[in-house]
Amino acid sequence: MRLLLVDDEGELVSTIAERLSFRGIDADWAVSGEEALAKAETEHYDIAVLDVKMPKISGIQLKGMLEGKYPDMKFIFMTGHGSEDDFIAGSAKDLYLVKPIAIDTLVSKVEEIFKT
Amino acid sequence: MSLKDIIKPKFLSGNDRDACTCATRHLFNFSRMWGIAVFLTLLVALVPLISMTLIHYKMTQDAVESEVHNHTMLLVNNTWRSVSRFYDERKNELELVANDYTYEDLINPNKLANILINIRKSHDAFIDLGVINSSGIQVNYAGPYTLIDKDYSSQESFENAVKHGFYISDLILGFRDIPHVVFLMRCAMADGSFFVLRATLDIEPINEMLAEVDIRGSGDVLLVNNKGVLQTSSRYHGDIFDKVSQPFFDKVSQSLSDYSFEIQVVDCKNSKGEMIVVGYGNIPDTPFILMTVQQKTELMDRWQKTRVRLFWFLLVSITLIIIVILGMSTYLVNKIYIADNARVRSLHKAEYSNRLASIGRLAAGVAHEINNPLAIINEKAGLIKDMFTYQDMYSKDKKLIGLVDSIISSVERCGTITKRLLGFARHMEPSIQSMNLREVIEEVLSFMEKEAEYRSFTIDLDIPDDIPEIKSDRGKVQQIFLNLVNNSFAAMQDGGRLSIVVRHEDKDYVSATVTDNGCGISDTDMKHIFEPFFSTKLKKGGTGLGLSITCDLVQEIGAKINLQSVVGCGTSFKIDLPISLDKERK
Repeated sequence: MRLLLVDDEGELVSTIAERLSFRGIDADWAVSGEEALAKAETEHYDIAVLDVKMPKISGIQLKGMLEGKYPDMKFIFMTGHGSEDDFIAGSAKDLYLVKPIAIDTLVSKVEEIFKT
Repeated sequence: MSLKDIIKPKFLSGNDRDACTCATRHLFNFSRMWGIAVFLTLLVALVPLISMTLIHYKMTQDAVESEVHNHTMLLVNNTWRSVSRFYDERKNELELVANDYTYEDLINPNKLANILINIRKSHDAFIDLGVINSSGIQVNYAGPYTLIDKDYSSQESFENAVKHGFYISDLILGFRDIPHVVFLMRCAMADGSFFVLRATLDIEPINEMLAEVDIRGSGDVLLVNNKGVLQTSSRYHGDIFDKVSQPFFDKVSQSLSDYSFEIQVVDCKNSKGEMIVVGYGNIPDTPFILMTVQQKTELMDRWQKTRVRLFWFLLVSITLIIIVILGMSTYLVNKIYIADNARVRSLHKAEYSNRLASIGRLAAGVAHEINNPLAIINEKAGLIKDMFTYQDMYSKDKKLIGLVDSIISSVERCGTITKRLLGFARHMEPSIQSMNLREVIEEVLSFMEKEAEYRSFTIDLDIPDDIPEIKSDRGKVQQIFLNLVNNSFAAMQDGGRLSIVVRHEDKDYVSATVTDNGCGISDTDMKHIFEPFFSTKLKKGGTGLGLSITCDLVQEIGAKINLQSVVGCGTSFKIDLPISLDKERK
């Protein structure tokens, strides 16, 4: 199981990725939509954890792009707004986590998706 | 608008709570506006009315005065004609005697007696007849007295008769010592000499004639000579031979100095200073002046009545105009005042709402921006903890793990605050949704918990689990409770107690009662507590809009608000929230 963490805050996603590795989850990270798309070209990821608000390509747009190319890929959104309303543009079945996220919550969500 | 509002409108009372007299006092001077409206309307209405009434007054007065003068003129003229005709007829009769009889006939006593009898048949005013020779000696006489051989040569009347041919004397007593008037006619004889025919006239016919004149009230008809001596007895100006000492006679005698026979009417003052109307005219060929003297007030009696009616008409008209103008001006200015007040209040509320929305957006922005560094701190601290947990070299240092846990705990607290801020700001946008009242109240209290903690407030929540969810505008419900709790906090001393009790006693409503044990609200303040800009904390930063907006919000969501308060004991606000906003709106 491989995760791709995408957020314009590199410090955040790199740390989350490292913490996930302690929990046995292989996670890669990117600081923009373009970098995420580039990495997805070369690597396989089961789940993408995307920040909603990012410069140039937003999390919602990135999801659409990745979903088109990799239909099996699952998505989890991270948001600083703390509201389900932020996901009106996204799919109702998408999971979301409100920043600051609890690592155990993220792990449980990932495991939940992986099981389904 | 009640009668009280018309008699004592709000805009004249200068209430500081009113929007227009407080925030924009310099723009809305309603007292001045009212004053200008009343002044200008009164000016436009009363000036023409008073002017027309004065013009009408003057015209009517002139008309009545003219009528009085005409009436007096007519009266004097008629009397003047009668008196003149009397003397003229007597003169003609005497001329007839002079022409018909010779001197020899006239000095015959029997013939003269017969002549006297004959002329007395036409008028009994003649008392006697006498014949005076050119030497002034009365040579014959017919009448009741013995006057033969009386010498008249030195008398002015004889001299005047010789000089002018005819003479009528003033009223005199003469040799007989009885008031009478003498007619003397110079008669020429064939030999060039002359004699004088002398007749004495009784004054009684003239007296009777003047007594029959129809003159009103204290009016008087006088026959005076040119020296002002009364020739007949009068009602109010003395007896015969009395001199009329009234100042008006001077005016009359001056105007008649040219022996004009024109009848004249003048306004004068009598010796008492009262206005009188004097009509007068010379009696031709006599030294007499006929005069009528009448009190002007009596003659103007009809005018007095008209004047009183005119005065009452003016008074009633002015009173009615003033009442109508005051009423209308007050009504209209009050309407403008109320409309302006409502407009200014709306603007203030809109400004207040915009300010709240701006604060909400600012809070949301800040919370969002803080969330990212918080997330990094959280993750870094989490990584440290993971390293302590998963790597043996640190796992035994419990103190370090405790410190990291403390950082993570603080980050979680910050996260909770930013989530609340974001949630609260989001609910400022209007939206109808189902909500659990407990959640809403707890969310509101979570914002106030630090202040409650610092000021040692005790907050009791009594919300049963079976309270149904209500469907309403969450932001407005939040705002209502936030305002009420804020209000209670402001009213309480440190250590106060606030209780919020929620009940479902009516099938359509859920009631929430917010009670504090603060200072309470006086009965006087309670009447104005929901009015905009009313605040007992204006000097402490209160805007006076909190409860006013609360009241508006309560109405907007179809709820009801009730207030009970006891000064010194506390205040209780009860809000009945409809379970379904849609049903309430229908």
